[in-house]
Amino acid sequence: MSVQEVLPLGGLATGQSGHFRADHLLVAEMVKPGSKVLDVGCGEGDLLQLLETRGIDGRGIELSREGVNRCVAKGLAVVQGDADTDLVNYPDDAFDYVILSQTLQATRQPRVVLENLLRIGRRAIVSFPNFGFWKMRLQLLIGGHMPRTENLPATWYDTANIHFCTIKDFVELCDAIGVKMERAEALDLYGRPLRLRLPWWVWNMFGEQGVFLLSRGGGK
Amino acid sequence: MGGVKSIPSPAISADERSHEVDHPSSQVAHFGTEQPLRLDCGVDLTPFQIAYQTYGELNADRSNAILICHALTGDQHVANVHPVTGKPGWWDTLVGPGRPIDPKHYFIICSNVIGGCMGSTGPASINPATGKVWGLDFPVITIPDMVRAQAMLIDRLGIDTLFAVVGGSMGGMQVLQWTAAYPGRVFSALAIACATRHSAQNIAFHELGRQAVMADPDWHGGGYADRGIHPHRGLAVARMAAHITYLSDAALHRKFGRRMQDRELPTFSFDADFQVESYLRYQGSSFVERFDANSYLYLTRAMDYFDIAADHGGALARAFAEIQTRFCVVSFTSDWLFPTSESRALVHALNASSARVSFAEIETDRGHDAFLLDVPEFFDISRAFLQSAGKARGLTSRND
Repeated sequence: MSVQEVLPLGGLATGQSGHFRADHLLVAEMVKPGSKVLDVGCGEGDLLQLLETRGIDGRGIELSREGVNRCVAKGLAVVQGDADTDLVNYPDDAFDYVILSQTLQATRQPRVVLENLLRIGRRAIVSFPNFGFWKMRLQLLIGGHMPRTENLPATWYDTANIHFCTIKDFVELCDAIGVKMERAEALDLYGRPLRLRLPWWVWNMFGEQGVFLLSRGGGK
Repeated sequence: MGGVKSIPSPAISADERSHEVDHPSSQVAHFGTEQPLRLDCGVDLTPFQIAYQTYGELNADRSNAILICHALTGDQHVANVHPVTGKPGWWDTLVGPGRPIDPKHYFIICSNVIGGCMGSTGPASINPATGKVWGLDFPVITIPDMVRAQAMLIDRLGIDTLFAVVGGSMGGMQVLQWTAAYPGRVFSALAIACATRHSAQNIAFHELGRQAVMADPDWHGGGYADRGIHPHRGLAVARMAAHITYLSDAALHRKFGRRMQDRELPTFSFDADFQVESYLRYQGSSFVERFDANSYLYLTRAMDYFDIAADHGGALARAFAEIQTRFCVVSFTSDWLFPTSESRALVHALNASSARVSFAEIETDRGHDAFLLDVPEFFDISRAFLQSAGKARGLTSRND
């Protein structure tokens, strides 16, 4: 699931290990240096490595054994676990930020997971592929089949992704559980952030993915 | 036993084995009356000795020492030919040149635990007060006692902070005890196929083993040594039962199925018709050659008593409060003696303590024993964990 590799955003320098994913760079930019971060569904630890270059104390949870092994091989502190079942074991306020990068759609209970993120961390950063993206809509509307993209190539019957949502859906979920949205970004097909001040429906149509910085309370 | 071929007598004499008990073919650290070992049961053990092996060289700033903790029936001969059995070291898959724990990079220490029978003071040793073998007069020991003794050895070797403490099963319990008791002295900890406490089922299996030993008429209330005999039948049965718990049904089935041993038809007797029977009898008989029955009682007891949370007011996380040690916890899918759920409980506690922890479950059908076998994924993780910890510790980078 490699999102287009692009040049760094927002003044972030690329680390020694070359290019970082656009959404990772954006996420890293949202994290205050020196804070403590839990990356849920950390894959092979690319984001954790990026965070480490910024002096951030990162930990990870990853479902796949291969992913965990690769992370450990990189010297990262990653445990094998399932976002749906294991987050309950983490104490309140254990982290400054809990990150869910491109994993929300693979959880069984996105709402419960989101609530847990904001219990364990004072802030949460969530990024996910936007199912309202025009290409997705087009495939369903014109093609009449479940959309597949470069980043989500699996067919409907063998995908790990079970809970797709649109940016609009996600905003509604945040409202429903009283989460405060501190920052919202939508990235286009090339990983570039869409302009601020555009109406939601534009984001929902032209954002290939959404990246949200959330905190507790507010907006009931 | 009338005509039925039973467990054969050991090939090695009690004398040969008892020589290793007091005069091991490895290094020995002696601790005189000025340095008693204070045991959890309230007794001061003194004088006492610890037998140990080392591999590799301690670097100039004494920062590359790895302590390997052995499991229930292991000893200090982790990566060299065993003086009694003539077999390779018990963990030479993991420890040795080109292995994840390479003596080229690390100063590797492995000691025989207190209560053992390969050169560290235990029930098979001579009690200096009586001039006779300790037997059941030996005080009951615990995992914390073993670790306290190891810490005295590490002091003796002039090492302040261990780069890593590594162990599986009972060795893993020692690893956890090390980090809980001496958090500042352990830079990284690799705990494999273990738990923070011994489960009721495991205590039950240990009791089965102990009762088998004690039911042997040659045991004589633990005083067999004075009579020049050894309760090898009871100990072999204990080992056979324990060995089943180290494997998995799938592994046993793959290895033996219902195949017969050297015959095609059943003999209609209690001879070892099935391959799995002769395998277990072999395991039992080879074990008694190198192990002391009373030691088996003491070490299983030490494992039974182990419960880190209980030692910290019932809260596991408190045992690891504010810990700086880097942890790597490994479990195996088919291990039913120390199932993954136990490792997860440990990892959750470490997370709650904000410890830096990695945890991986390795897929294998080989059961608890997998930690001693050639499991490449496990070796890769061990190697990577130690390398990254080495980087953090400032050990010179290596090109293996």
